[in-house]
Amino acid sequence: MDSSGRFVARHVATLPKSGIRDFFAIVSKMKDAVSLGIGEPDFVTPYHIREAAISSLEKGRTSYTDNRGTQQFREEISRYVAKNYGPEYDPETEILGTIGVSEALDILLRSTLNPGDKVLYHEPCYVSYAPSVTLCHAEAIPIRTVAADQFALDPAALRAAWQPGCKLLILNFPTNPTGGTADRAKLEAIAKFAIEKDLLVASDEIYSELTFEGDHVSIASLPGMRERTVFLHGFSKAFAMTGFRIGYACGPAAVIDGMLKVHQYGIMCAPIMSQEAAVEALRNGRDSMLHMRDKYRERRDFIVRRFNELGLKCHLPRGAFYAFPDITSTGMDSMTFAQKLLEQQKVAMVPGTAFGAAGAGFCRASFSTSYEKIHEAGERIARFLDAIPRR
Amino acid sequence: MNSVLKLILDGEALDTAQIGKILGLGAEAVDRELAALRQQGVLLGMRPVLNPSYESEHRVRAVIEIKIRTEGVGGFDGIAERISSFEQVESCYLMSGGYDLLVVVTADNLYKVAGFVHERLARIDGVQGTSTHFFLRAYKKDGFIVNAEGSRRDQPSVSP
Repeated sequence: MDSSGRFVARHVATLPKSGIRDFFAIVSKMKDAVSLGIGEPDFVTPYHIREAAISSLEKGRTSYTDNRGTQQFREEISRYVAKNYGPEYDPETEILGTIGVSEALDILLRSTLNPGDKVLYHEPCYVSYAPSVTLCHAEAIPIRTVAADQFALDPAALRAAWQPGCKLLILNFPTNPTGGTADRAKLEAIAKFAIEKDLLVASDEIYSELTFEGDHVSIASLPGMRERTVFLHGFSKAFAMTGFRIGYACGPAAVIDGMLKVHQYGIMCAPIMSQEAAVEALRNGRDSMLHMRDKYRERRDFIVRRFNELGLKCHLPRGAFYAFPDITSTGMDSMTFAQKLLEQQKVAMVPGTAFGAAGAGFCRASFSTSYEKIHEAGERIARFLDAIPRR
Repeated sequence: MNSVLKLILDGEALDTAQIGKILGLGAEAVDRELAALRQQGVLLGMRPVLNPSYESEHRVRAVIEIKIRTEGVGGFDGIAERISSFEQVESCYLMSGGYDLLVVVTADNLYKVAGFVHERLARIDGVQGTSTHFFLRAYKKDGFIVNAEGSRRDQPSVSP
C-alpha cells in the first residue's frame, strides 16, 4: 500500500483537485461523446506561425535564451502591447517571457505575496487563481459576479469584499468561463479603488483579442495604474498556440525583477522555438487572429440562441469562447446537471462550480468547436431536457 | 458574402436543416437561398469529397496539359468548351505559361485515359500536343487532408 501521502505538504494535501479532472476522466473514455468542455481553440495554429517554429529548429536554434526571453521577442511584445493596449514597456527591464500566463501569474504571486497576505479575485474565474494563491500561503478572497450584470466586476462588490491585509487584485477580462468584460467606466472605478487601497493589480488579458462587443480596455492604460499593474498575456487563445506554452508579463521594473528571480531558478527560460513562433504571431498574425475571432463570434451567436430556445437562460458573452447558461430551471445543481447530461446524452459541459462557488447554477459550454458538434450537442440537450420536469 | 454560402464553404458536413438552425432561418429558407445561388450561377453544385484512395480503387485520374493552335479554329473558348463536354473531363482550365489548357480526367483504367487522349483529344482541330500525367497518391484534396487521423489526437476532451 502506498503511504507516501505523508510526505505531501499540508497545504497541498488539503488543496482540492480541479473539478475539471473528474470530467476529463469520464469523457476521455466515452467514444461518441460531444464535448463542449474544451478550453482551447479548435483551430490549429496558423500555418505561418508553425512554419516559424519549424524554421527555428531547422536553423539549429535550440539553445537556452536570456532568462527574460530573446531581445527580439521582448521588443516585439513591447511594440504589440503599446500599439494594442497603450502602455509602453521597456524590453530590457519591464518585460518577461514566460511559459504561458499560468507561469506568469504563478511567479507574480510567489514573488509578491508574504504568508498571510490577501488576494482579491472575481468569481466565477479560471480554475487556478485561488489554488495558486493558497500555494503561496496567502488567502484568496472571492468577489462574486452575477449574470444580471453579465458577470462584469461591480466596483461596489469589490469595495465590499476588501479587508485589511489585501495586497493584490487579480482581474481577468474577458473572463473564462463567463465571457464577462469590463468597460472603461467600470475599470476607472476599479482603478480608483486600487489606488486608494494601494493594491497591486494582476491583469490576465489572455482573451483580450477575442472581444466581440465594444473595445477591450486594459486597466494598465489608465492613469496611475501602469506603476501598480502587471499586464499578463500570451498566445494560446488569440493565436491558437496552447501547446507552445508561451506568454509574457509586462510591469514596473522592480516587480518584474522579483518575478525574474523566481523564473530564473524555476524555469530558466521559455522554449526558444516557442519564442520565435510568438515573434511571427506578433508581427504577422493579425489576419489569422481576426479570422478566428469572427468564427468564434458566429458560433457564439448560434450556441447562445440555442440555449435560450431550449429554456436555459444564457447571457451573450462579450468575449472569450464560452457560453455560461443558467441551468437552475432544471431544478438541478451544476454538478448533477453536468453529470446527468453526460451519462444520459453524452454531452460534456463543465459545471460552473469548477470555477468557484459563484458559478453555482451555471455550466460552461465552449463554442470553440465545429458547428456540427454544437448543433448535435443542442439536439442532445433538447432530448435531455424533454425527459425532465421543468420549473 | 451570403451567409448560407459562407457556411457551406467552411466545409463542415451540414444538411439544410442544420444550416437553417445555425443561421436561425429554417430549412425552407436555406433551400430557397441555395436554389437562388444555383440560378444565379454562383453555386454550380455540391458533391461529397471522397478519399481518393477509396474512390480510385477502380478509377484512375490524370491531368493533361494541352497546347492549342488558335488560328482558323475560333480561339480558345470553342476548343475548351468542346473538351469540357466530354464526360471523362472533371475540370478544364485555360492556363498561362508553357501550355494552354489544363484538363483533369478520370477513367476506369490507364488504357481508357490513353484512348481518350489519342482518339478524342488528338483529333480535335487545333490541339497541337498533349502531355499526360497520372495521379499516384493524394495527400490533400479540395482542402481536406486525406490522412488527417491523429493530427490532434492528444487534445484533452475537457480542459480548463
